[in-house]
Amino acid sequence: MSIASMREIEFRDAVREAMSEEMRRDMRVMLMGEEVAQYNGAYKVSRGMLDEFGPRRVIDTPISESGFAGMAIGAAMMGLRPIVEFMSWSFSLVAADPILNNAPKMLYMSGGQFGCPIVFRGNNGAGGQLGSTHSWSIEGLFSNVPGMKMVIPSNPYDAKGLMKTAIRDDDPVFFLESERLLSMRGEVPEEEYLIPFGQARIARAGKDCTIVSFGRMVNVCLEVAIELEKEGISCEILDMRTIRPLDAASIIRSVKRTGACVVVDQSWSFGSPGSEVAALVHRECFDDLDNYVHRVHSADVPAPYAYGLEQEYLPNARRIAEAVRSCLYRS
Amino acid sequence: MSAAPNADGQVRTKSSRPEVPMATAKSWLREMMLIREFELRCMQAYQDKKIGGFCHVYIGQEAVAVGTIAATEARDPIVTAYRDHGHALARGMNPNHCMAEMFGRVGGCAKGKGGSMHMFDRDNNLFGGHGIVGAQIPLGVGLAFATKYEDEVINAAKNGGKSNRVTLAFLGDGALNQGSVHEAMNLAGLFDLPVIIICENNGYSMGTSIVRGTTMGHEISAKSEAYGMEGVEIDGMDVIETYWAMKELVDKVRATSRPIFVDMRCYRFKGHSMSDPRKYRTREEEERYEQGDPIGVLKAQLELRGLTEDEHKEIQREVRATVKSAVEWAEHSPVPPMTDLYRDVYRERWGPYTGSSEPEMLGGGENECNFNAIDTTIDRKADLL
Ligand SMILES: Cc1ncc(C[n+]2csc(CCOP(=O)(O)OP(=O)(O)O)c2C)c(N)n1
Ligand SMILES: [Mg+2]
Repeated sequence: MSIASMREIEFRDAVREAMSEEMRRDMRVMLMGEEVAQYNGAYKVSRGMLDEFGPRRVIDTPISESGFAGMAIGAAMMGLRPIVEFMSWSFSLVAADPILNNAPKMLYMSGGQFGCPIVFRGNNGAGGQLGSTHSWSIEGLFSNVPGMKMVIPSNPYDAKGLMKTAIRDDDPVFFLESERLLSMRGEVPEEEYLIPFGQARIARAGKDCTIVSFGRMVNVCLEVAIELEKEGISCEILDMRTIRPLDAASIIRSVKRTGACVVVDQSWSFGSPGSEVAALVHRECFDDLDNYVHRVHSADVPAPYAYGLEQEYLPNARRIAEAVRSCLYRS
Repeated sequence: MSAAPNADGQVRTKSSRPEVPMATAKSWLREMMLIREFELRCMQAYQDKKIGGFCHVYIGQEAVAVGTIAATEARDPIVTAYRDHGHALARGMNPNHCMAEMFGRVGGCAKGKGGSMHMFDRDNNLFGGHGIVGAQIPLGVGLAFATKYEDEVINAAKNGGKSNRVTLAFLGDGALNQGSVHEAMNLAGLFDLPVIIICENNGYSMGTSIVRGTTMGHEISAKSEAYGMEGVEIDGMDVIETYWAMKELVDKVRATSRPIFVDMRCYRFKGHSMSDPRKYRTREEEERYEQGDPIGVLKAQLELRGLTEDEHKEIQREVRATVKSAVEWAEHSPVPPMTDLYRDVYRERWGPYTGSSEPEMLGGGENECNFNAIDTTIDRKADLL
């Protein structure tokens, strides 16, 4: 990649560029959601898109998640490729039936006749003191459903490349952004690129302990790794990028080298991507492990409002560092 | 033109409608009789445990599917709920494929993966068969959204013509109480979508009569009017009346791209599903409606125009043979191969299973199967008899 083609843009710009580029190249792609058009998006992800594409392709919907999610699924069955913005994934729960019961099952139930090429996207995870109803990390709940794909990018570069892949994918894709990452700046080339699903990125190479994470938590893990380096602990961080499909091969390869594995997942622990990874590693790397897989999740309670409680609730640097030390018998 | 007994057994003279050509009217009689016979055989097969799960038959409501669908063009999308065999057959689904679906056979319209409540037929623009009460209405509104988008964005950019397709989305009276249906009606009204939402108002949702579950039960179109949709009441026990009334609406929606709501008055003669003893209504009520049996009504109308008893018997003989052979065809259709379990989950052939839950069947070891050796092109619809 030539230096000249690199520039720094925000995560939200990266997502918008991906959507806009795909809308330019494919008329079937359109965006709908609450406040996406005239208001330029509740979080300004779709800023300027109405001006470029007009109100037939960038569509303001009423506050009616079940209705417009279902409508978009019907449109996808007909062959359109809608992008549906949920202002927050927390609000997608009122649309649980269309997004979980229709989209991921349509292809199967129709014996392969009707697919559902659709992207659902929005903010996921604690935004910052929004309290329990608005702080959902839906990956644990939703990734349970076969037939869907789930993408959780951790930086602007990945967000753009993965969004473009998501829009071109023929299956329903759940694309989880984080309000806390939207202003994150990162290098994104001018040239077009796509990132395939199911390929983890080694966010940091190391030899003592494999940390498996995805989304915003990857950035926290990177900070922790710098601190642990000072203690002589070398961490390898895998940024999974997609939960479904999950790049099992990369996890196994890394853990077979390090012999230790910590999973950092901001959803609740019970029935989560974290527990799935732990089961996988215990099965595939049983003889390579020096300790059981340690897991760092949000605490098993509703998300609290108070600042201090929320900080403790989320996987944080201290809890991640403790887990790594414990896994390596260094505590 | 027609003078037919309505649900109260009285003869009501319909406003002057043009006459339906005799051949067309006879084909409707045949379709309705086919659905009736098909459903009777379903009930039998269900008793014989050849059909599993839930099964909801359409007996009594045949005129609705036949009359409404006759008013559409084959390219107009259709979506309905779980009481869907009638719509599938009226839309032209091969009875063999419909029956095989219920038998859970690979020859079924969805390869045995959908069952009675989930009939899909891409070739005939039937977008399901949906088991969750009300869920198909947002989908139907989305089908209409897509046809309009195709005309106004994709084709307009190519200077192409307009297809002006009209979507029919069916629901029951009980489904009218679902929030998603109201959200969908608001969206249809808001975005001017070319959809006709047809409420098959048979007076009951399972054991709950409409007055016990629904406000304004005597005039449900009041609800659609609140969403800017014209509401029309149609006698769904009279196929000819249903056809003409629907034809007007379909033409109108094609021209205006405004959604319309239909309060389609009808009655289901059997229980809600196979296990319903119908204790919530009286035998007298049922008999009253049975006098207005839509098949009897059409037959009487056609007799006035010269249909003979022999012709009627011939149709009866023919539909019986068709359904009998559908049952045989379904019985002879193979059960789906176990490898089908993992097909159609994703567009890629075997899908991206999470590494850790990768099915044994797809993995190595004893259960290894050679995917390349599996014939993925089973001609599920090949005639077996
Ligand atoms: C969301 C949901 N709730 C409940 C059911 C169970 N259920 C299936 S059909 C039905 C009654 C629906 O009646 P109506 O809409 O009038 O349709 P009809 O059966 O009369 O055709 C119920 C309660 C369901 N399938 N989905
Ligand atoms: Mg009903």
